[in-house]
Amino acid sequence: MGRTLAEKVWDDHVVRHAEGEPDLLYIDLHLLHEVTSPQAFDGLRLAGRKVRRTDLTIATEDHNTPTVDIDKPIADPVSRVQLETLRRNAAEFGVRIHSLGDVEQGVVHVVGPQLGLTQPGTTVVCGDSHTSTHGAFGALAFGIGTSQVEHVLATQTLPLAPFRTMAITVEGELPEGVTAKDLILAIITRIGTGGGQGYVLEYRGSAIRSLSMEARMTVCNMSIEAGARAGMIAPDRTTFDYLQGRPHAPKGEDWDAAVAYWETLVTDDDAVFDHEIFIDATELTPFVTWGTNPGQGAPLGASVPDPASFADPSERTAAENALKYMGLQAGTPLREVKVDAVFVGSCTNGRIEDLRAAAAVVEGRQVADGVRMLVVPGSVRVALQAIEEGLDKVFTAAGAEWRHAGCSMCLGMNPDQLAPGERCASTSNRNFEGRQGKGGRTHLVSPQVAAATAVLGHLAAPSDLSADINAEV
Amino acid sequence: MEKFTTHTGRAVPLRRSNVDTDQIIPAHWLKKVTRSGFEDGLFEAWRKDESFILNQPERAGATVLLAGPEFGTGSSREHAVWALQNYGFAAVISSRFADIFRGNSLKNGLLTVLLPQETVERLWALTEADPTAEITVDLEAREVRADGIVAAFELDDNVRWRLLNGLDDISITLRNEPDIAAFEATRPTFKPRTLPVA
Repeated sequence: MGRTLAEKVWDDHVVRHAEGEPDLLYIDLHLLHEVTSPQAFDGLRLAGRKVRRTDLTIATEDHNTPTVDIDKPIADPVSRVQLETLRRNAAEFGVRIHSLGDVEQGVVHVVGPQLGLTQPGTTVVCGDSHTSTHGAFGALAFGIGTSQVEHVLATQTLPLAPFRTMAITVEGELPEGVTAKDLILAIITRIGTGGGQGYVLEYRGSAIRSLSMEARMTVCNMSIEAGARAGMIAPDRTTFDYLQGRPHAPKGEDWDAAVAYWETLVTDDDAVFDHEIFIDATELTPFVTWGTNPGQGAPLGASVPDPASFADPSERTAAENALKYMGLQAGTPLREVKVDAVFVGSCTNGRIEDLRAAAAVVEGRQVADGVRMLVVPGSVRVALQAIEEGLDKVFTAAGAEWRHAGCSMCLGMNPDQLAPGERCASTSNRNFEGRQGKGGRTHLVSPQVAAATAVLGHLAAPSDLSADINAEV
Repeated sequence: MEKFTTHTGRAVPLRRSNVDTDQIIPAHWLKKVTRSGFEDGLFEAWRKDESFILNQPERAGATVLLAGPEFGTGSSREHAVWALQNYGFAAVISSRFADIFRGNSLKNGLLTVLLPQETVERLWALTEADPTAEITVDLEAREVRADGIVAAFELDDNVRWRLLNGLDDISITLRNEPDIAAFEATRPTFKPRTLPVA
């Protein structure tokens, strides 16, 4: 019988298979950041162990790093200690690190792909749930806890429980103004925050194949929000073109050998998925969340749902709690929801295409009075590219704040936070209570919706702006 | 990791679904570089509300958390497990756990027990009516017992063996070091390396 993409990558990494034991898998690439690694390095030290493969390990600083005044000492002493701890651990154990101020610094899931380290058919792990991002390259990539970080540092392997496979087939063309973000938000609302539990998702179909690498990363990034072990997309010409010439992409004969291997990384025609769902891309519209988990979403054209409309009692209670926390009334059109802040950035939507899309919407316009718009590039490289294209000027001319690279307001571990009660349209991945700051309220949106929302001051799509473009002309 | 064989204690019934790890331990607590001292951060936002179940005096010293479905979704932060353990929880019972949280819990000896939602509902009813009601989580028998309730649960044999013996994963894996070395010898040269390139 044929095998799925995920099964092929898994099989190629089994170090040891024994009855009654989890398979021991080899890890090709281990990404580290400051938050989930200190206790792992402590564990190594206590046991007198080394990092087995420093040449397959790389660290960057992202969660705690400030996005302004990066040349000054970090104000929060606890953040500073955490960053210093990573620097010390990297030096002691011989791990390559990109610290604040380095040209390769940035959000770990933006840095790996742009360096060309994330490659098809590899296993990629990081102590960070959004490691699923790297599945966009046909890698088997998943987030791990700190105990597993220590395990990978010490052994370059992980014992892993078997997974099930789910195909998410998206056919047709995405309508104008509908993005990868809208697609993944719609998928999560459809299958729920636990719908992917135990599964590796494979996104396929014509709509997926036509996505750029940046857009594919947006889709795979949020696989975890559906509870999935990982999300993957089969590598193709788009993938190879993205990788060729990047610093760590294979070169010469190695490139040819790699491509020959990568081309085998497709689900066989006779492979069977444990579960399949189908989505018609042509029916999708801009999608936003109204609640406090990523599965509580609706088309932008819809209204805040009535909790009573949920048949499942736990979903009903969750909706009631969410509306209370979000300060929303059932039946309010989502387009009437006013915001205080807009955040463009994160490992979900902090890449160059995302910044281009947001800039195109705000260009020649102004951020609405009373709205604060933060634009945070996913990495220094993304920032430099954006500056070269003049996007930073577009944002600042519109009244937005152009910041330094990092995780920033996606989770507010640095000073970029919402005040209690503030409402934000955010291109990030989680609308959990307090995620962007204590008492803050988050609506997950695409970069285009974020930008249109910043201009109008309420949740909106770029199409809502077309009237005033004509007026200006 | 400490051994887990059987545990008996009072319970905290937490009637809420989709309790994500940001709720269990908010991000600003993650700046700590230790595995201890997270108890005050556990459910920090909700604990500001006096009526929150964890604040009720009769729940003090409870060690079994009876959680709603989709417990532990979101961030992979193992700090969520440490916070629950630092606070004093020894076991969490739910009908559905997020995968990464579950994996993290079992690597730290925090037993996460999967029971059908109707059994969780019965345990909720029992412990809401009687805060002194005790629940026994017996890993040897793979059974949860409380007044009038006996529920078997499943757990992978290998995971159970490691928990019962308090075994450390890394030392188990390192017993197979020759397998790792043999695998490494076969890796293609085109695989990525992180060492700086010229």
